Amino acid sequence: MASIERQAKILQHKSWGNYHRLKILAPEIAEKATPGQFVMIRINETFFPLLRRPFCLHHCHGDEIEIFFKVVGQGTAQLAEKKEGDFLDIIGPLGRGFSLPEKPDKRPALLVAGGRGIAPFVFLAHELKRLGQSMIIFYGGKTREDLPLIEDLEKNGFNLRLSTEDGCLGFKGLITELLEKELPSLNPACLYVCGPEAMLVEVARISRTWRLKAEFSLEARMGCGFGVCYGCVWPIRQGEKIEWTRICLEGPVFPAEAIAWEMKR
Amino acid sequence: MPGRSSFPGRSHRLGDEKVIDLSCDLGFLRLRNPVIAASGTFGYGLEMAPFLDLNCLGAYIVKGLYLQPRTGNPPPRLVETASGLINSIGLQGIGLEPFIETILPKLRKYSAPLIINVCGESDEEYGAIVERLEKEQGIAAYELNISCPNVKRNGLCPALSPEATYTVVKLAREKSRRPIITKLSPNVTDIVSIALAAQEAGSDAISLINTILAMAVDVETRSPLLANLFGGLSGPAIKPIALRMVFQVARVVKIPVIGCGGIMTGQDALEFLLVGARAVEVGTANLIDPQACPRIIKEIEQYCLNRGIKKIEDIVGSIILEGI
Ligand SMILES: Cc1cc2nc3c(=O)[nH]c(=O)nc-3n(C[C@H](O)[C@H](O)[C@H](O)COP(=O)(O)OP(=O)(O)OC[C@H]3O[C@@H](n4cnc5c(N)ncnc54)[C@H](O)[C@@H]3O)c2cc1C
Ligand SMILES: Cc1cc2nc3c(=O)[nH]c(=O)nc-3n(C[C@H](O)[C@H](O)[C@H](O)COP(=O)(O)O)c2cc1C
Ligand code: FES
Repeated sequence: MASIERQAKILQHKSWGNYHRLKILAPEIAEKATPGQFVMIRINETFFPLLRRPFCLHHCHGDEIEIFFKVVGQGTAQLAEKKEGDFLDIIGPLGRGFSLPEKPDKRPALLVAGGRGIAPFVFLAHELKRLGQSMIIFYGGKTREDLPLIEDLEKNGFNLRLSTEDGCLGFKGLITELLEKELPSLNPACLYVCGPEAMLVEVARISRTWRLKAEFSLEARMGCGFGVCYGCVWPIRQGEKIEWTRICLEGPVFPAEAIAWEMKR
Repeated sequence: MPGRSSFPGRSHRLGDEKVIDLSCDLGFLRLRNPVIAASGTFGYGLEMAPFLDLNCLGAYIVKGLYLQPRTGNPPPRLVETASGLINSIGLQGIGLEPFIETILPKLRKYSAPLIINVCGESDEEYGAIVERLEKEQGIAAYELNISCPNVKRNGLCPALSPEATYTVVKLAREKSRRPIITKLSPNVTDIVSIALAAQEAGSDAISLINTILAMAVDVETRSPLLANLFGGLSGPAIKPIALRMVFQVARVVKIPVIGCGGIMTGQDALEFLLVGARAVEVGTANLIDPQACPRIIKEIEQYCLNRGIKKIEDIVGSIILEGI
């Protein structure tokens, strides 16, 4: 069950250009959160912006949660102005997260992230590590600036595969191209995927071709985050039927085969 | 009147001697306070239970119900605008029988009055839904959402004309022993004539306003931001329009008026009471803060406390118009 933390204190704010990471004291949320879940943050007390904004739980330890975000509009721009010691009003944890292996698989899990899609994977990677599950993180972006977390991830001993579209770092091209190139030698246990929609579509095709178990973290504009507005729907297969399904409640994580891509415009 | 329930009003004891009576009389129903959760922003009620005690509400209105399940519109269904939200959910819903089977029994555990938002693709559907619900316990009233596209009226909704409003309300009235609230659309030229038609047809109360027809465009892609092209605007942006319409209607109709549109705070709610609303509905505010309703109730109470007002009903319609 979700909590509302009205006075969650920002303990640390780290920035890399357009990317930001906030470490926030939110014990009630931290206690219950699992990787892949998200929070709804009230940016300020005015009506600008009016609605809360959704963010994945980037990390969670002790009494603290972290979010990692990219500035794309007014809400995220204002959030980027927040300072250590400021307070936020946060609802969470919300939604259903990634499924975790019951016992470690010898084959690696692959975490596939496009740009800010890396957000949920730091929490997930630490959890998989704790469970003894090996993994490789595929982390791609347009250019070097879109991959600000490389150093942190390397410091934590995670195994990375990097790509940039301009080739200034790692493989030159899309992360999905790198993934497909490396797949034959990897024999993975499963894929966890988060990134822009075009990337998700491509990974969905790859996972189908290779018959790989894959889970996708989806995004939509959210009015509430807790299931009352029906604004956040994706076409999801429920048995024979395809239904507009609230991703805030039943997701945001779904198995690849549940998503009816043919219904997306 | 048979089948009409009344709930005891509750007085709030604050401090030592101050007692404020927040209860409000809708004629057919006494609410413990004037704050009602608005349809479509409160799910089927159960989704909100983790966040607040439903029983603290004056009443709550569940998501609009049709006879059949509805798929709703394709996404994107939401776009935020200056102090507002445009939605084109398209009344996605589980349909009447699944509601009765799976949700209604759970809602009966709460004492706050449950109001059902009744939708219809045809005039007759309103009557059919009401007729079926008459067999069920635990419903305090119906709110007719006459802003639904009507297949037999070229897709236009009944709320757009006094005649269609009269017809729909009458059909529901004939099937119902319970109170009927008719919810008006602001997308009309003469709101008063529609309100009078609803009253004439036997509506027990009027609620207004539903959302305002709106659109938003993306200059990067040159395309509309909602897949459905148009949607309904709600939130603080619409409050002045809602207030004007509530004022116009409340001074003319004899039945109680419930004000709605952009209420975010106790002060907003009080503005509606001042222009003549007996109670208010809170919509978009629930999405931003699931505890908005209890907060608004407290803020109304605090206003009364600060000004020595003992009964919230003394505020209703007390706007001072001298010299205007
Ligand atoms: C479950 C979930 C988890 C998310 N986690 C993260 C995260 O960890 N880190 C992060 O940086 N972002 C995340 N997002 C996306 C983030 O919520 C949006 O970037 C943010 O709401 C934009 O707000 P804004 O006011 O800055 O932009 P706006 O001014 O509202 O919009 C700017 C642009 O972004 C687009 N946009 C707005 N909201 C969304 C959305 N929800 N999804 C996709 N596009 C959108 C708009 O169409 C517009 O083009 C997540 C979204 C969801 C649904
Ligand atoms: C997401 C959403 C869904 C709605 N669904 C319904 C509905 O099913 N039936 C109805 O009568 N009104 C519906 N409304 C309208 C609200 O009940 C309310 O009349 C309107 O939003 C104005 O109030 P507000 O500004 O406080 O939100 C909906 C509004 C929103 C934002
Ligand atoms: S965001 Fe409101 S139902 Fe999902």
